[in-house]
Amino acid sequence: MKSLIQKLVETPGPSGYEGQIRSVVRAEIEPYADELQVDALGNLIALKGKGGADGIKIMLAAHIDEIGVMVTQVDEKGFVRFTTLGGVRPYTCVSGRVRFLNGTSGVIFMEPLDDMTKVPTFEQLYIDLGLSGNQDAPVKVGDVAVFERPFLDLGERLVAKSMDDRIGAAVLVETLRLIKDTPHQLFFVFSTQEEVGLRGATTAAFGIDPDLGLSVDVTGSGDTPRRTKVRMEVSLGKGPAIKVRDGGMLADRRVVDWMIRGAEKLGLPYQMEILEGGTTDARAMQLTRAGVPAGCLSIPTRYIHSPSEMVDYNDVQQAVQLLVELVSHPVKL
Amino acid sequence: MAILTEEIHLPQIGDDQLKLLERLSNACAVSGDEGEVRKIVLEEVRPHADEVKVDALGNVMVSKHGSGERPLRVMLAAHMDEVGLMLTYDVGDGIYRFDTVGGVSTSDLPAKAIWVGKDHVPGVIGLKPLHLGNSDEHKRPVGLDDLRIDVGPVSGKVKVGDRATFATMFIRQGLSLRGKALDNRLGVATLIELVKHAPPQIELQAAFTVQEEIASRGARVAAFNFNPDMAIILDSTPAYDLPVWDVDENVRYNSRLGAGPAIYVADSGTLYDPRLVRYLIETAEAHGIPYQIRQPGGGGTDAGVIHKQRIGVPSVSVSVPGRYHHSPAAIVRLSDWQHTMDLVATALFYLTPKVLDGER
Repeated sequence: MKSLIQKLVETPGPSGYEGQIRSVVRAEIEPYADELQVDALGNLIALKGKGGADGIKIMLAAHIDEIGVMVTQVDEKGFVRFTTLGGVRPYTCVSGRVRFLNGTSGVIFMEPLDDMTKVPTFEQLYIDLGLSGNQDAPVKVGDVAVFERPFLDLGERLVAKSMDDRIGAAVLVETLRLIKDTPHQLFFVFSTQEEVGLRGATTAAFGIDPDLGLSVDVTGSGDTPRRTKVRMEVSLGKGPAIKVRDGGMLADRRVVDWMIRGAEKLGLPYQMEILEGGTTDARAMQLTRAGVPAGCLSIPTRYIHSPSEMVDYNDVQQAVQLLVELVSHPVKL
Repeated sequence: MAILTEEIHLPQIGDDQLKLLERLSNACAVSGDEGEVRKIVLEEVRPHADEVKVDALGNVMVSKHGSGERPLRVMLAAHMDEVGLMLTYDVGDGIYRFDTVGGVSTSDLPAKAIWVGKDHVPGVIGLKPLHLGNSDEHKRPVGLDDLRIDVGPVSGKVKVGDRATFATMFIRQGLSLRGKALDNRLGVATLIELVKHAPPQIELQAAFTVQEEIASRGARVAAFNFNPDMAIILDSTPAYDLPVWDVDENVRYNSRLGAGPAIYVADSGTLYDPRLVRYLIETAEAHGIPYQIRQPGGGGTDAGVIHKQRIGVPSVSVSVPGRYHHSPAAIVRLSDWQHTMDLVATALFYLTPKVLDGER
């Protein structure tokens, strides 16, 4: 599974421009899906299972977009000004590198600050492509790039840009491969534009009209050095996290209990997650049409929205085991 | 794209169109109270439409049927509402406290002439006179609490809940047009012309929307109702192309006057469908119509809610650039308006379902 993860995290797919990563995911799942489709917003939707008397429609979503940057201006000297796609922070940008979808690379730096102890604003940042003027610049206004950082395998811990949420996509791909039999119609949604407001999942959920919705996404962890009062229960390596609440959703109690029962049946470690900020595609599923019971299986992750997001490989594999168990049997909420 | 040889009649901006824009600009239609503009729109489109209705929120929904078994359903949206003020508390003697509706800058307000309510009752926004304040008082920025609307003792004509707009009469000055609410009466005027010149091969679904300035509330239900295959949103965007004196180069101009229609790639509400962005650019280049890419960044149009409706609607926005939108007087170039009309009319004329072939 590590090679799958590496392949997914090293493919670019900034929000709204998921064509390349969608092709990679499609190639991975094509042999295992009963049907495949791509909708108006670019969501890749794979159907597995015909459903039966004991079956329901389950939507499983992991987003394939990642945070990135978009060119707003190539100035007269050839420096590129940019805006952000999704929750990029200025302090993770400075001296970082970006790669455009056309292959052009550059480095981000900042104008000299009056007070160098302060964090720069995005208006003070620019991308240097190594040009000496703006004639024949290889990028133009509206072009998009992602942060550039190779995959790092530390053994149990894996580090990369875009673990958010390629790790969720990897969990779904692996789950789809391992399912032998299901009473359900399972809609695996590799969703787009999550980082800019759950936009892909919103339209996918409307189209699928599921009976149950589950997203697989990253969540923060509280196991790193800190002197602030901000506390979070979740740690890396203590099993996948079952979301109770985040900034945009109260998970359906019945879905939470269903996941707990599944983990205990298999004897898998798990953690309960309460995330103060941020939300996932599960919110969009919960609120579609007349409402859907929804929850989220989270992969504990350090340094989310930085170019070096860290996950624990055991948590990832256990998430796959749990998910396969959950969707292979009739669901009684 | 191939340039077809069929004859295309582009809507031209002449005296009639300018007079219509003048009426639209001088009309008052603050979000939630769009009746005055809606009346003009209904008058203009009724003789040219196959179906016209006003929905529950006040959107004007116009259909022009296309030929063929299942013509491409193309939603065109332009919002009728404008930013403005609402009277909130009657202080007595014709003086009112008020709130802003939509993005109005408080610094634009002091001492401005305004129109209140459906009868355009004239008033003024009052501030404590400079010479009566102490010197510190005038160093801090003016807030809404410092300001009152004063219409004088005109009992019965004005009441709490009435909307107010800046009292600016539309004029033409040289190559430019000046008026209030050109955001988005330009879009409304453009869409009226497009209804009158609808090409035969598409199902044209024109939505003149309400409440765009307060989160696109009208467009949300309009898009659900039309259930279109794709959407083009006609709006207005700021041109901040003035010289900037403290740095070498203005790199945050958003759009520029005189550079043609502004095509959107991304704003805070929408990542526009690359197939439609490409189609508009190719249309402009094939027909020699000037265009510009609006700088990606903040702001938004009705596309933000339209593209997420139902199973998703491929969308693109096109705006006429204008300086000083949301203020008492905006300035736009007549040529930018004409080129915007040219671009959208040409794009519609050659539009086929092929534009959505392939994945976004």
